[in-house]
Amino acid sequence: MLIDVHAHFYQPDGQRADWAERNSSRLRAGEQMGITRHVASILGTWGRQSPTYFPSPADVRSGNDALLGLIAFHPDRISGYACVNPNYTEHAVAEISRCLAAGMIGIKLAASRRADDPLLDPIGEAARDHGVPILQHVWQHRRVEWPGQEASDAAELATLARRHPTVPFILAHIGGGGDWLHSLRAIRDVENLYVDLSGSGVDHGMLEGCLHAVGVGRLLWGCDITMCTGWAKLRRLEQLLTLDELDQVRWRNAVAIFPAGSLGS
Amino acid sequence: MTQVDINVFIGSYPFRDIGAWDASDIVREMLRAGTTAAWVSHLPAIYWRDPMAGNDPLYEIHERDVRLKPVPAVHPGLPGWQAILDGALAHGAPAVRADPTFYGLAPAGPEMQSLVAACAERQVPLMMAVRLEDLRQRHPRDTAGDLPPWALRQLVRSHQQVRLVVTHADREFIEQVHFGSTPQEAARILWDISWIWGPPEDHLELLLQTVGIDRFTFGTGMPLRLPETSVAKLDLLNLDGEARAAIAAGNLETFLSA
Repeated sequence: MLIDVHAHFYQPDGQRADWAERNSSRLRAGEQMGITRHVASILGTWGRQSPTYFPSPADVRSGNDALLGLIAFHPDRISGYACVNPNYTEHAVAEISRCLAAGMIGIKLAASRRADDPLLDPIGEAARDHGVPILQHVWQHRRVEWPGQEASDAAELATLARRHPTVPFILAHIGGGGDWLHSLRAIRDVENLYVDLSGSGVDHGMLEGCLHAVGVGRLLWGCDITMCTGWAKLRRLEQLLTLDELDQVRWRNAVAIFPAGSLGS
Repeated sequence: MTQVDINVFIGSYPFRDIGAWDASDIVREMLRAGTTAAWVSHLPAIYWRDPMAGNDPLYEIHERDVRLKPVPAVHPGLPGWQAILDGALAHGAPAVRADPTFYGLAPAGPEMQSLVAACAERQVPLMMAVRLEDLRQRHPRDTAGDLPPWALRQLVRSHQQVRLVVTHADREFIEQVHFGSTPQEAARILWDISWIWGPPEDHLELLLQTVGIDRFTFGTGMPLRLPETSVAKLDLLNLDGEARAAIAAGNLETFLSA
């Protein structure tokens, strides 16, 4: 098994005219790479009607509905994160309940609010009550404000994770830009915080750094929006790990934090 | 299959601990990636006041292992650079490199245009990197900007015989240069694939169709980046054997013999 814990799909109401081609391309590449499950999110309308990282409640629902449609079409290949904007607390909590009831298996937080903000506590409590993980978009060491997002970094996510110690949190795309060494230092002792290996960054030494910082038991494999980099990291992990350890990263760690039976047997 | 990685470095990196890469490290990674030869540059020397001081180690590793071809640096703002260029040719360098944004030179200024002319007259390609690392993850003191596409357009226009090998360029950069140049100018540029996105995006697939497969060659950017990435993106394209061989080495061979 090979589980991509950080996938994205596009939708017809989004910015891109080529949304269907990109979705097909992801599934086709996934087949070639041996991906058995894409755990995905759709970030609203991807900026068409509200900002990608600050999606309106209507956009949140639009993206989640599109993803539920994809899941219904590919029930054995795609699982979903309910994407929510914590600035709309009541809507966010209700949307989580709606999407999880419809079959989604996790929560996706983009960059609408800092991860350590109290407004994220109701989301953490919902994750706890439903028994699902939270995938949090992270800028690896945010030294400046980045346009278009209220990005969080690992230290802020660690603060949230400490406040909700029974909820598994996934630090998104360690290769997604910024200083991954800073992130690894910030999360080393936060046992309910997992590292998603996705992102376009393929720095030499990054995988070794992840293994050293958090151990093989807290690593999750994923691609995000570049699949060649995910495949490259997998190929490198095959050189670094035993087969048993490799299986942990490929799928067993993911199976352990998502609802029982939700990722197939 | 012959596969030449034109985008390889030895040495250490000032902004991140990658160790000190020597010839044996490079060869080990080459074998993993199925690479049969590599064009090797000196990574720390790019940041030195005199980047040409890193050339001798390149010649030395080439003498010990002919698979490792030297790509020496030429800084056209320093006295005596023409002799360094001639020395590179004497050592059998397939190309020389210059990184003007790291040297503090105007990327298409008079020094660079002099170097372009000298390379053209000596029929040796000039290699330039658009970047070495993603802007998002650079050290706070790593302030050299990316090579701008307009500079590359100016350089390729500045001499009708110059040939440029450009690494670390993404789709947008390549399109701005390729379609902002005449076909004759564009035919004198060879791009490495190290920074072009593959599936689910169609950047590489599209560029092979629109710019032309003959304009691309294999490169990885190791040791800053995992060499498996460039192999994986080609694997995901499912190219036929002829196209794969062209990107792996054939296009480079044709470019060098032009």
